[in-house]
Amino acid sequence: MMKSLLSATCLATVLLTAAPMLATAQAEVVYNRGNDTDPTTLDHHKTSTIPEANLMRDLYEGLVVPNAKAEVVPGVAESWEISQDGLTYTFKLRNDAKWSNGDPVTAGDFVFAYQRIQDPKTAAPYANMLYPIVNAEAINKGEKQAADLGAKAIDDHTLEIKLNAPTPYFLQLLTHQASFPLHQKSVEQFGDQYTRPGNMVSNGAYMLEAFTPNDKIVMRKNPNFHDAANVKIDVVNYIPFEERATCLRRFEAGEVLSCSDIDNAQMDYMKEKLGDQLHIAPYLGSYYLPVKVKKEKLADPRVRQALSMAIDRDFLAKEIWRESMLPGYSIVPPGIDNYPDPVFLPYKDKDILDREDEAKKLLEEAGVKEGSLTVELRHNTGENHKNTMTAVADMLKNIGVNATIVEMEGTGYFDYMKNDGDFDLTRAGWIGDYSDPQNFLFLFESANLGFNYPRWSNADYDKLMAEAATTTDLAARSKILRQAEELFLKEVPAIPILYYSSTALVSPKLKGWEDNIMNQHATRWLSVEN
Amino acid sequence: MFTYVLRRLLGAVPTMFVIVTIAFFMIRLAPGGPFDLERPLDPLIMQNLERAYNFDKPLWQQYFIYLGNLAQGDLGPSFTRRDFSVVDLFRVGLPVSIQIGSLSMLIALIVGTVLGALAALRQNSWVDYMVVGTATFGITIPTFVIAPLLSLLFGVLMGWLPAGGWGTWKHMILPVVTLSLPQIAVVARLTRGATIEALRSNHVRTARAYGLPTRVVVGVHALRAAMLPVVSYLGPAAASLLTGSVVVETIFGIPGIGRYFVQGALGRDYTLVMGTVVVIALFVIVFNLIVDILYAWLDPRVRYD
Repeated sequence: MMKSLLSATCLATVLLTAAPMLATAQAEVVYNRGNDTDPTTLDHHKTSTIPEANLMRDLYEGLVVPNAKAEVVPGVAESWEISQDGLTYTFKLRNDAKWSNGDPVTAGDFVFAYQRIQDPKTAAPYANMLYPIVNAEAINKGEKQAADLGAKAIDDHTLEIKLNAPTPYFLQLLTHQASFPLHQKSVEQFGDQYTRPGNMVSNGAYMLEAFTPNDKIVMRKNPNFHDAANVKIDVVNYIPFEERATCLRRFEAGEVLSCSDIDNAQMDYMKEKLGDQLHIAPYLGSYYLPVKVKKEKLADPRVRQALSMAIDRDFLAKEIWRESMLPGYSIVPPGIDNYPDPVFLPYKDKDILDREDEAKKLLEEAGVKEGSLTVELRHNTGENHKNTMTAVADMLKNIGVNATIVEMEGTGYFDYMKNDGDFDLTRAGWIGDYSDPQNFLFLFESANLGFNYPRWSNADYDKLMAEAATTTDLAARSKILRQAEELFLKEVPAIPILYYSSTALVSPKLKGWEDNIMNQHATRWLSVEN
Repeated sequence: MFTYVLRRLLGAVPTMFVIVTIAFFMIRLAPGGPFDLERPLDPLIMQNLERAYNFDKPLWQQYFIYLGNLAQGDLGPSFTRRDFSVVDLFRVGLPVSIQIGSLSMLIALIVGTVLGALAALRQNSWVDYMVVGTATFGITIPTFVIAPLLSLLFGVLMGWLPAGGWGTWKHMILPVVTLSLPQIAVVARLTRGATIEALRSNHVRTARAYGLPTRVVVGVHALRAAMLPVVSYLGPAAASLLTGSVVVETIFGIPGIGRYFVQGALGRDYTLVMGTVVVIALFVIVFNLIVDILYAWLDPRVRYD
């Protein structure tokens, strides 16, 4: 008896030690992935930045997910129905969706998460992503109880969501990390420690293994993920690179397989040395110059239009931004969803010299004598912002407008604009959260004091935006939004000058990377070849 | 001696108090706050956040809450890294910074004094010119030039060492070299000057007159006196080296605490900035004390009783 027990123990020991050896015999596929910076937090309800979104996309899976081309495809939901009036969405959840600890993913996990993100105590910066859901806003304001939320679990695998108004971009919203589920048990058990490695339970293709600030976040393939069979990379190391040149060096040394951004100063070098490893793709973002319209000298739309005409966007994109930005003539970037017929400033294709003549004429009409108008160009710290403003100042000189330049430090800058600071022209950028024109045009609604830096107030514009919000027919809606943008471009309370583009370095060893307007590249669609 | 150390340590308490108070109110003077991002938050959400972090309370109340926590060794939560407390961040980062910093210190001390002493002994020879020339060069070239150059040369072009990152001893070589080069230069120059002076001093002349071998005259009597300016330089230098270098950590991607000062200040992470201030102040106080004690040991004329 004693002997057999002993030999059993021996056998067990051999098996136990052999098992991991067998596992390591097949080398792990590791992907060292550059990210812009570390996250503020891994609690997705409290995240707001793009590098955070990159992490969350790997850790969690929403009802729908963006595929490699950023098209919306089924995620935890295998199918859904939308009611005739566009107000009720019924999602059928897949049976094999599991959390990283093996628990099934249920409709209740989504309800729990959606209630938590609206809880004022969570203080979620993106709670408003889900405001289209019935009572979400009221709960976030503390006026209603969490249970009143218009998201209900009919059963474990059926989730019903009721909306305030038809929201044609609602499925797009569900790809945002604010719409991801949460594992109720571990969140309640660990409280604000639930994001720690070892505590965190996630339902995406990857699970959190380690997080060393300023070093890396290690994620390991989630064996319980329903599509684990098709996930080819075993370990992702997300490495933060606040210094883009550092990522380039490590990329060239073969230590990282992709960089999420590049150092524009080295554009020429990279173009020459890296060839098609350098990716530049149009991106869902606009860079524009808000004009304080209530100032007397800038109140006349003709003056603002003249300033806009004189700005040579091609020069800015090519010489200042080294093609990491594209010339911009509208506030809604082209290529966006639900906007088949984009509208641009009428002088988009005109020669800059003709535009300058036209601008001078407009100024004359507005009663502005040559050399009599001086505007202040204000920007936040940043080499490219500074150079952009310097170039704009030069361009304005060509139409007899003087410009002075003021630089402000970043944190105070946005505060200053938000609080109706006393500026003439500033710079601002907006990256869309979802691919829909509404996500850009809402910036200039008169009630939007947080983003309407020019403090532009136009009743017609507001009316069009309100009308679009209740129009279910996508084609009719896009026409209304187009009218709104047309009006905006006629008044130019903010001068669009550039579109963002996404830039990345991608090693030829990394397969499956598809450039897309959302710049979303979940690791589950990628693979590494040696 | 013991009472002296005790007295100095007690004296550090009011110093720390003043530093903490000034830093606390100065960072609040800077415009903006930790929740101001490129895209402003909904006012309602902002209110929720401010309530969650006590920002809705008057400043003096926040100050006393902070002091109370500090007295218990709690540096508070970080605002820009909300999954960590400030103490958590230092627990991970400080050992890294100390490893790199102390290695650089050690190398600077050994290489610097040897080079400096050699130059002094062979004054105005080619050895001297080499050392002084290289040292001047080493001081003038900033680390933000040397660091990427080394990384490019040994990491990208030759492929001998990692271009960046953290993990193995190989990852330490380039950052340590980068950090120690300017220190070697300073130490060599200080040692050279002080040794030349010491060699001319009365007690060394006496030692020579006694007929002591040069080895002893230089190694024991001259160098010991020559170490005084080096030690007084190295005290504050050590405090700054051990608390990490923003430039080197950023360029090589090292998870030390040097970056927190800048990241914290730019992100208006009040508690993180305060934590860094407290740590750096502690290091400066401690190293100044060590310098003073070493002084008494090196120079018999110094007495603290």
